[in-house]
Amino acid sequence: MDWVNAVVQGTLLGGLYALFAAGLSLIFGVMRLVNIAHGDFIVLGAYLGLSVTTLLGLHPLVALLLVVPAMALIGYVLQRGILNQTLGKDILPPLLVTFGLSVIIQNGLLEVYSADPQKMNAGALETASVPLGGLSLGVLPVLTFGIAVAVIASLQWMFYSTALGRAFRATSDNQEIAQLMGLNRRHIFGLAMALALGVTAIAGILLGIRTSFDPSIGGGRLIFGFEAVIIGGLGNLWGTLIGGVILGVAQTIGAKIDPGWQLLAGHIVFLAILAVRPNGLFPRINE
Amino acid sequence: MPEPILKISGLDAFYEDFQALYGIDLEVAQGEVLAIIGANGAGKTTLMRSISGLTQNKADMVTFRGDRIGALRADEVAEKGIALVPEGRQLFPSLSVEENLLIGGQIGRKGPWSLSAVYELFPILQERRNQQSTSLSGGQQQMVAIGRALMANPDLILFDEISLGLAPIIIKDIYAALPGIIGEGMSALIVEQDITKALSVSQRFYCLQEGRVSLEGASATVAREDISRAYFGVE
Repeated sequence: MDWVNAVVQGTLLGGLYALFAAGLSLIFGVMRLVNIAHGDFIVLGAYLGLSVTTLLGLHPLVALLLVVPAMALIGYVLQRGILNQTLGKDILPPLLVTFGLSVIIQNGLLEVYSADPQKMNAGALETASVPLGGLSLGVLPVLTFGIAVAVIASLQWMFYSTALGRAFRATSDNQEIAQLMGLNRRHIFGLAMALALGVTAIAGILLGIRTSFDPSIGGGRLIFGFEAVIIGGLGNLWGTLIGGVILGVAQTIGAKIDPGWQLLAGHIVFLAILAVRPNGLFPRINE
Repeated sequence: MPEPILKISGLDAFYEDFQALYGIDLEVAQGEVLAIIGANGAGKTTLMRSISGLTQNKADMVTFRGDRIGALRADEVAEKGIALVPEGRQLFPSLSVEENLLIGGQIGRKGPWSLSAVYELFPILQERRNQQSTSLSGGQQQMVAIGRALMANPDLILFDEISLGLAPIIIKDIYAALPGIIGEGMSALIVEQDITKALSVSQRFYCLQEGRVSLEGASATVAREDISRAYFGVE
């Protein structure tokens, strides 16, 4: 039963990893930009959530209503103001610039919030659980997983059934021809980054309710996000969810064997999958 | 001659690092079909890129219905009412046939062309509308590329090498459809390797040679030896 429990808890944890990864996947899919600062944006989302909850006395989940639009706005301005200028044939400039952003965000957070670990207070939600066939499921992990599924489903629907999604796919296919269709790629990229950071805000707040956080943890979240995207296969959102689940299950099973093995087990499974299936399990982008 | 819809004056344009066009002057009248002919490397594609905004130049080098559009981006030029059927068709592979057409129409200009009008012109596309655009034959892909440009309801449509790489029978079909496409007061600029085809559908032509206009005139009356001289630059 302990092992079943580990698998179930790992699956639910995978929902959070999928949320880490969704924004990363979206940005790479639309504009082939690898955002090294993605993990730090997750942490920024958590801190913005912390500020909103402490200043306004709101529940963290209600704070989403403010933090998601705020992060989306940051994303749009950042893309139009800085990142668009780095995009081109050379893939190095966006890597360097987002690496620089990562350093700036970390130090900015350190300056404003200090290095002390923080945590958001979500009241009874944090400890509430429901029994299920001998297992005890935390309400928060179940809710997180549900949100992850809903976010992935919404992104999938947006991508394949709306005019905006069509514009994203067309711009991703061929930027010049998309311009000929009257699509301003700078604006489209701005919208994609806004959407990605909106999702990132959700990930950040759920992270901040689940565990304590400090300005330095962004790098680790970036790695989990990367691993979920790569395991699932580039360009496939449902694959990203499955990638997150595989990573989450590997970590909880690793922790079950030996608590020190939690992260290592995740990385080993990631490397094993990469060795057997270099394009991930369900790749959609063939390059 | 009526007021030109498109006027190009003194256009110097660059293809990557080298100059491809030198002081081009060119006019397209309202409702006119103009052919651009010339050998490979004569500057035809750079001319198309300059008109459509994919290559940005000085503002007053290209005037469209009185607006100076030479320095605008391609998306801004598209909104003004110029659509390009690009060389090699360049459909969006991630989009279905119908989505390729819809994205051409998302610019929201009013006019006679809609999804149903395009399907009426090319019925095969309606049958194939849910397929990936890359699964179609070359001729059908060209129909999608033309339909996609028409969906924007442009005032001026640019055709860049529409017969390139297609079977002669398909080329014949596409040229047979052209008059129905270019009716309704739309003006057209056709770049074509096949001189006979180009002259047969156009009222006037310009011949480019090494980035300069080497000959222009009425398509119906031009002598073939004049064209050969202007095309190849041999006496």
